[in-house]
Formats: sequence, C-alpha cells, structure tokens
Amino acid sequence: MAGSGASDPNRTLGDLDALAAAAARTIEQASTTAELERAETATLGRRSPLAEARRALGSLDPEARREAGRRLNDLWSSLEALVARSRAELARQERVAALVADRLDLTEVVLATVRSPLRRGHRHLVSTTRDALEDVFVAMGFQVAEGPEAETDWYNFEALNIPPAHPARGMYDSFYLEVGEPETVVLRTHTSPVQIRLMEAAVAADSIPIHAVIPGRCYRRDTADASHLPVFHQVEGLVVDEGITFADLAGTIETFTTAYFGPKVHARLRPSYFPFTEPSAEYDITCTLCLGAGCRTCSGTGWLELGGCGMVDPAVFAAVGIDPEVWSGFAFGFGIDRCAQMRHQVADMRSLLESDVRFLRQF
Amino acid sequence: MRAPLSWLQDFAPIEADVDALVDALDDLGLIVEGVERVGTGLDQVVVSRVLEISPIAGADRIRRVVVDPGGEPVEIVCGAFNFDVDDLVPLATVGTVLPNGMEIGRRRLRGVTSNGMLCSGRELGLSDDGEGLLVLTGTDGAAPGVPLAEALGIRPDVVFDLTVEGNRPDAWCMAGVARDLAARFKLPFALPEVELEAAGPPVETLASAVVEAPGLCPRLTVRVLDSVVVGPSPRWMARRLVLAGMRPINNVVDASNYVMLELGQPTHPYDLDRLGAPGLLVRRAHPGEVVRTLDGVDRVLGVPGRGLGETGEDCVICDADGQPVGIGGIFGGASSEIAETTTRVLLETAAFDPMAIARTSKRLALRTEASARFERGVDPFGIDRAAERVCQLVVASAPGARVAAGVLDVRGDLPSPVRITLGAHQVNRLLGTELSASEVAELLGPIGFRCTPAGGDRIVVVVPTNRPDVRPEPHGVADLAEEVARLYGYSRIERRRPTWATPGGLSTYQAERRRVREVLVGLGADEVWTSSLVDERDEDRLGVRIPPVRITNPMAADQAALRRTQMGGLLRALAWNRDRRQGDLRLFEVGVVFWPPDPSQPPTRAGSEGGAGVHLPVERELVSAVFAADGDDAAVALSALHALAEELRVADLRLRPQADGAALPGLHPSRSAVVRSGRDGPVVGTVGELDPAVVAEFGAASGRVGWLELDLRTFLHRDLVSRRPEVARPVSRYPSADVDVALSVDDAIPADLVADALRGAGGELLESVTLFDVFRGPGVGPGRRSLAFRLRFCAADRTLTDAEVGELRARCVAAAEDEVGASLR
Ligand SMILES: [Zn+2]
Repeated sequence: MAGSGASDPNRTLGDLDALAAAAARTIEQASTTAELERAETATLGRRSPLAEARRALGSLDPEARREAGRRLNDLWSSLEALVARSRAELARQERVAALVADRLDLTEVVLATVRSPLRRGHRHLVSTTRDALEDVFVAMGFQVAEGPEAETDWYNFEALNIPPAHPARGMYDSFYLEVGEPETVVLRTHTSPVQIRLMEAAVAADSIPIHAVIPGRCYRRDTADASHLPVFHQVEGLVVDEGITFADLAGTIETFTTAYFGPKVHARLRPSYFPFTEPSAEYDITCTLCLGAGCRTCSGTGWLELGGCGMVDPAVFAAVGIDPEVWSGFAFGFGIDRCAQMRHQVADMRSLLESDVRFLRQF
Repeated sequence: MRAPLSWLQDFAPIEADVDALVDALDDLGLIVEGVERVGTGLDQVVVSRVLEISPIAGADRIRRVVVDPGGEPVEIVCGAFNFDVDDLVPLATVGTVLPNGMEIGRRRLRGVTSNGMLCSGRELGLSDDGEGLLVLTGTDGAAPGVPLAEALGIRPDVVFDLTVEGNRPDAWCMAGVARDLAARFKLPFALPEVELEAAGPPVETLASAVVEAPGLCPRLTVRVLDSVVVGPSPRWMARRLVLAGMRPINNVVDASNYVMLELGQPTHPYDLDRLGAPGLLVRRAHPGEVVRTLDGVDRVLGVPGRGLGETGEDCVICDADGQPVGIGGIFGGASSEIAETTTRVLLETAAFDPMAIARTSKRLALRTEASARFERGVDPFGIDRAAERVCQLVVASAPGARVAAGVLDVRGDLPSPVRITLGAHQVNRLLGTELSASEVAELLGPIGFRCTPAGGDRIVVVVPTNRPDVRPEPHGVADLAEEVARLYGYSRIERRRPTWATPGGLSTYQAERRRVREVLVGLGADEVWTSSLVDERDEDRLGVRIPPVRITNPMAADQAALRRTQMGGLLRALAWNRDRRQGDLRLFEVGVVFWPPDPSQPPTRAGSEGGAGVHLPVERELVSAVFAADGDDAAVALSALHALAEELRVADLRLRPQADGAALPGLHPSRSAVVRSGRDGPVVGTVGELDPAVVAEFGAASGRVGWLELDLRTFLHRDLVSRRPEVARPVSRYPSADVDVALSVDDAIPADLVADALRGAGGELLESVTLFDVFRGPGVGPGRRSLAFRLRFCAADRTLTDAEVGELRARCVAAAEDEVGASLR
C-alpha cells in the first residue's frame, strides 16, 4: 500500500498543513487593516505558497489528488474565514481607537468658550396649543391632571361603562400591548381613563370636588389621513361637585370655545351617545373660516364638530364609588390637534407629525 | 341611514320644510350628514306608446321610432332595442332637463329628426339599468300622455342621510325617525296597519321551531307562506329600497329588508323546501363547527378568540335536523336562500342576545345590517308586527301566496318592561331646568314612554320595549333625563358658568416642564413631535438593550413597538430635514418612552373582577435634544444642560463617563457622560455626542451631533435633585481678589473633583472657582493634563490682605494635592 516515488500523498498533506499554519501566523500577526491586506496577498494571493501547492496538485495521481485537493480547500476556506474575522476585529479596534482619540472629558469643557448661534427655536404647534388650552382652563379654575398612555382595560373601557364586547368599543379601535393576559393592556384610546383615576384618588383621599382638565397623547388604530392620526392629542375635562348640571356644562363649553377661538366663535350642543356620560352631547363651534356664514370646510352648515361631552354616567360613579345622590358632574373632551388644525387652517394633519422645520418654524 | 321623506310621511303628516327638518333632526340627535333631492327633472317626461319602428338607412345602431305621447305622434331617433310596437316607454320632450343634468334638444341624425329622447331607468335617475329603455307596459296607470312621475307614483323626494347613535336602536328605522319628528312637531304618529288573512294550513303541520340556547336566542318565531311566486318587487318598494341605499333582489328578500328599514326588526326568509328538514332549531355552535354563509365563505364557529369576555359562544340557526343554515342574527346560510324556484317560505323573526351577537360579529369580522341592529338591541316584542308586515308585503307582491295559520313562537326569558319612578326634581337636578312633572310627561309621552302621575313631582314611567338603552333605576333616571333634554331641545337649556372656590393651576412639575421647553427654544432648538410607535430594529441598531413593549395588532411592521428612547425619532427628524436641505438643525422633544413593566411596583387593576391586576409598562417622560447646527458638538449640548440647570436652580449636576467604557446606546463612547445629581445622587440623564457611526447610518448630519436627554420626573424632582436655595444671600461690598492656579492632574480624575477639593479648602471666603484653560502636551506628562482654575476670594466684612489670599491659595493647592493627586505647575 505504501506509495512510491515523488507523489507520496501523506507527505503532500503534511506539507499543506505546515503551509497553512505558517499562513495563519502571518494573518494573525497583522495589527492594522493595511497590514492585513498585505498578509492576505502573501498567504492567499496568486503567488502564495498555497496557490503554488494548488497548482502542483495536477502532478499527483487521481486518488491522492482528490484527497489533497479536499484538504487544501478546507484549509483555504478556514484561512479566508480567519482573514474575515481579523478584518472585522481590526475595524472594530480602529473604530474604538478613533473614538478614543476623539475623546472629550465633559467635566473639563470651558463653558465660556462654547458659542451658540443667536437663533430662537419654535415650539411645536400642538404643544403651544395644549399650553394655550391649559391656560384657558386654569383661568376658569381647573387643575391640570395627567395619566399613563398605556392603560388597563378597566381604566380605558370597563370603568367607563364600556364592558368587553360592548358595541361602543367599535368607536375605539385599539392597539393592544403584549403585556399581561391578551387584550388587558391598551394604548389609551382617549384621555377619559384619567377621569377614573382622578375619581378613584379623590374617593380614597376624601377630596371631592374635582375640577380638572386632562391633556395627553392617545392612540387609535386608524390609518393616517388629512384629518386623522393614529397618535393624537386630546384634552378631557372633568367636574364633580355639588349641584353641577347640564346647564353648567353648556356654559363651560361656551366659555372656553369663546376664550380660545375668539369672541365670534360660539358653541352648540347636539344629543349624542357616549357610554360614560348621560345625557351626552356633541358640540360644534362656529366655523372658524366663514364665522357661520357657510363655506366648503363646514359643508355649508356654518358649524364645525369639536368634541363630545355629557353628565357623568351613574354607572361610572358606581364604578369608582361616588354617591350620585350627593355629587353630580360633567365631562367633556376634544382633540388638541384638531383645535390647532381649525385655528390655523392646517390642511393636512400629518404635517404635525412630520417634524419638517419649514412647517414647524411658522408657529 | 338613508331616510326618504316620503317614507317618513307614511307615519306622520310631516310638512315642515327641509331646512327646518334638518335642524330638528340634528337637535334630536339624529345627525344629518347629507340631504339629497331625488325624483326631480321628470316634469316633462310622459308615457308614450310606440306606434312605429323603422330602420334608418346606413345605420344599424339607431332606429326611427314614432311614438304617441297622448297627442300628435312624435318622431324620435333611438338607440335602444328592448321594446316593440305598442310598448309604453318614457319620452323626454324637447327642453327637458333630466335628473343627470342632460338637456334634451331637437337633433337631426342621418336625415331623421329626433324630437326628444326615449329614456332608460338610469337616465331618469330611477334605477341602475342603462341597458335599454324603461319599458312601462303593464304598469298600472301608465297610458299615453300621463306624466311619468304620475304613472310611477313618484313624487319629488328628499333623502336624509342620518347617523343614528349606538344608544338609539329604536331610531334606526323609518318609523323611529318619524316618531321623533312627530314628537318634536307635535304631530300624530301611527305605525302601518297590518291585517293578515291566514288562508294556509296550520303552521304546526308545516314546520317546527326549537330553541336549545334560550340565552343566546330569547325568542324565535316562525311563520310559513306557500304558493309564493318569486319575482321582482313592486316598483314602489324597489324604489324605496334604492332610495334607502339597498339593492332590490326579489319580492321575498325585499319584503324582509323593507321591514327591517321600516320597523328596525331584521327577519330572515328561508326556502322551506331547501331546508334539510322543515323547521328551525337554534343552538350553540359546536367547537370548530363550519358554516358556509350566503357570501360563500366558510366560517369556523365555537372557538374563543382573544380578549376579555370572549367565550366562543356562537348562535347557529339549523334546520329541524340540526344542520346549520345560518349564523343567528348575523348572516344566513347559502344552502337555503330564496331562489326563483322557491314556492314555500319560512320566515324567521327572532331576538338575540346583543352581547353575543357583538362578540361573534367582532370575532368573525362579519358585520351585517342585521348584526348591527341586533347588537344594539331589537325590541323582542316588535317581532310579531314585523313578521306580519313581511307576510303582508309578500302576499301583496305575489298574488295567490297564502300565509299559514298561526305562528310558532318559542320564548325564553324576555325582559319585562322597565318602570321608573321619576321626580321632576331629579331631571332638573341633572339638566339645570325647572320642568314640572306634567311637562316631563308631555315630553316623554309622544315617544312611547307611558307616564302616570305618582304624587308630588313624581311620575311613573313605563319604558317602551324598543328602548333597551334605558336602564332600570337608579341609572335609568339619567337615561330619562337625556330623553327629556333631547325632546325639550339641548339649545333651549340655559348656559351657566359654574364657579368654585379653589383656584386653577398647573402643578409645579407641569410649570417647570414648560420652562424646560422655553430654555431649549431659547437655545435655537425647534420642538418636534415624533411618533411613539416605532420600528424596534431602529432602536436595536442604536444599541438599546432593554426589551421593547410590543403591540399585539400593529398597523405596520415599522410601528409595531413602543419607543424606548426618543433618539430614533430625532435622528429620523434630522434626516428628514437634511434631505430637504434645511440647516441650523437643533431639535428637541418632550414626551413619554416606554420600558417593560417593573414587577416591584404595585399592579394596576385590569378588569371588573379585580384580581391580581397587571403591571403596566414603565412610562418615563423625557426631554431629548439633538444639536446638529454648524459647529455643534458635545460642548454645545453640555451648555444646554447648564442653561436648564440655571433656569431651574438645579444645584449640583455631575458628569461621569459610563463605567468600563460600555457605550450608552447610540452615544459616542468617549465624548458622552451620564448626568448625576451630586457626586452620588441619582442619574438624571445623558449628555454628549451621538456616535458618528449612528449619525451616518441614519443620514442625520454630516458633522458632529450633540445630545442631551433628561428624565424629567427625576430631573425636576426636588427630593431627588437639589436646588439652589431660594434665600437671598447678601453680596459683599468689599473688593475680591483673583488667583490663578494651574494644576497637573491625572486624566482619570474628573475636573469637577479638583474644583471640589479647591472649594472645600477655600471655604466661605472662596467666592467662585472657574475652570478657564485645559492643556495637554509637553511638560505635563503622559496621562495627565493641566487644569487652570481662577479662584476668586472675597470676605463679607473686610478686604482680604495679600497675605490672607496667599495663605488661602496655598491651602487650596495643598488640598488639591492631597485629595486628587494634583501637582502645581
Ligand atoms: Zn364655514
């Protein structure tokens, strides 16, 4: 079985291993990407010993050639992998070195030398609108309250008299979160859950009455278009006190619309339905474009829809443990973005979310 | 819902003009989305008899037709072929303007004069059929010379497009709308009389009715008709269906739909002979049972879906052998629908559990006219009238059809009418009105609430069964108050502005959050709003390691997670503006980011049962800012941090690079720092520069981008982050003395610790310590740098002597040497 002559396959394989080991050492010694380039040419290039060995395979007998060829291919690909690894590692090291060389110890910045351009920035239209609305309500005696954007089903729906599978849920297409049991945690579809939190807290602290407005971000699973965004902002109002009536609600709506939109803008209330208020109403305001004369924006009616309101439903009072024989209350809500859109005639709501400074810097 | 005025007038003599009706409907809560005028433009269209049809030489698409419009014969060129001599067809005479706006003129075609136009149903706005003429032969009252409108009984009509709220199932039909209008205009209101002659055999001999799931189907009635001829509906009915937005199908199906629109009660007709066994059986669906609905789709039933309250209970309607033929209250099955060949009709009229219908409809994503009505609540006692009315209409449309005697009626637990004792003071207490009991009764009576005096200001109100939205006492009081308000008129209720003694205001946090915004705006930054719904891979690329909170049902893959940082949104905002060649970009955002729930926090109530509750995601309210104007870098971001600290009197912020070089997500590892309150206080944020690789990957800027992020709930929290005292400190009236010291300090020692050492030694006499120069290079030694501080000494009660200043300086230097290993240069 022992072979004879120049083509001893064992000897050839041994030679190949030795060549590969030498090549690996050369590659590993490279300490910069430039050195690695040179090492790669030297070990795997056209004139490298391994390339020579590959060319020499032709002189072996077929069986030896097959075996040596296979071994050579294995060694070749492991060396290529080694080059790739080294290249990645050297690139990482060089990036880190560059970042380290770029070092700035922030404790030793001499502030007096920092120059800043004398340009004033602009608040976002939604954020200034929110502030303006808050200010109107603060002047009317409201506190400003806030609550979480991710809510449980209890706060967002059930305590608001919208039990599971209630048809009214169709009005609020919700994003559910992968938290807890399926469909127990939603991105709030309105700011109304904060009503429940405020009432629960007031009951616990025995601190009714409540006079609060609740601004915040809400989410509905609607496709964005010129007048809807899946992420939007609302203001909610809640008053729970003795002797509060629908007349107080109507007066409050009228007062804030006139205060925010100007003396020529008035409100009208129409019957509507919300599970958490009874009686419920929708309110329209005088069209801000035509001031009631009728135009295309208001479909000739002279009115624009703003929001919903009503007297707190007795089922909601029951859910939070407030005695409706002693207290009564009203709630109202509307879109901050929609307010901004109406007051500034923003054609497409999506421009509010685009962060385009050419839009933002107008306000 | 589309409500033709003429249909409403079936129930009450409504005469008010359209504007007044629109106002009244709006004020009643039946919101008018649109008003359409129909059936106009027919004034000059008359019925005419075809006298003669002849070809026109050289034309094969048009013919010469001579018609008799009840006077002189008229010559017309006509392109339709679906009529013959002696047929009656509509003629629009010269000068007519058709409903579609087309004006008819005299024309000459191929040498023949056309003195008008013979019209199709589509051209007249009466149907969708534009293929041929509207042939009137056989129509009662159609004769040459009779105006078309008169022959067809068409009056100009007005169709109101109404939105009916979910709590008004009673108003989701013509009768309901008319009832409200009649009450508002104080008109008599009456439902159509139904007189049914039962000429067929007893219904028990023809079919059976069994309910195995009375919880899902509290009432089932079955009526049978035989000798029915299925064909097109009478024209008047087809027209009303079209005006109401439904497509006419055949006289049986149309009668069912007509009654649903008229009375609000869905019914379902089956071909009795196509049911596997004659009769209906209502049961729960077996788990996994498949029913093929009328639309040809196989629906899998009885399998609970996701979400609260989901039981997987579905109600199936089966034939008498238990083979499913439809989904109860939602959709009929394909196997037993009414066909041309049908002669015996089984009419199902039932009541279903609204919640069960809602769940099934939601889970199957299958919403029909019937399911929408059942899930809002249908009057279980309106069934009889509705079924009789369908039978009456079928018989009227199919002469010879017979109604089987009697009705199969299976009743489970049906609600008894709600009775509420209502005090006028209770209404007034909610509405702010001053109505008397009799005034309340006068408002409620006309819409079907029977009121009887109960002494004092009280009345007993019996709620009609078509108002399932009105709850029993105590909650029902509010429901009645709404009805009173609605009929009284919301606009008539007084407007009063409530006042109370407590002042309004922002919380300290809210007020200071506004100041944070103002400071950044003052530094030239524009405020942006970026979406909270993000692509989690964007944030993974930034190196955010905390797991995201994911959305179960996202609208798009790149909006499937809640943001963990504002960095991604701000980088995208920079890129957006850079792509649009906008410069001077400094942007900031105030808003919430979401981290996974923290089990160490108390859980939040999840549902009505209470239970263990659920841990909500942690919401962190942040302000984040990017500084990408020309020349901006970490130092600019740092100066912004100082400006914020100044504005808010935050006393002692310390910067520390992240330990062991672990980079903060997205930040330059050696030009960024964690911001702490004091040497060992809580972390309030990060400041520095974005990693240039990240900036490049997002295409956000060409140069350095400074970064600042603060957790506002921590930064503005007075217990966690100390503020400079608000007590006024007197200013010394004596001159101060400045001394500069240059100290060589190891790179590992932050400069603020050196300043601490100097300050500690200087005591009260050291008014300020200011770093004014940093130098690395020859003479300082490797791994060290020279920090040059200006020490300003001042005493409140005297001028310090040179000797004193010299001694203070020495003490400070010694402290720096001892505490931080500094050496004086
Ligand atoms: Zn207008």
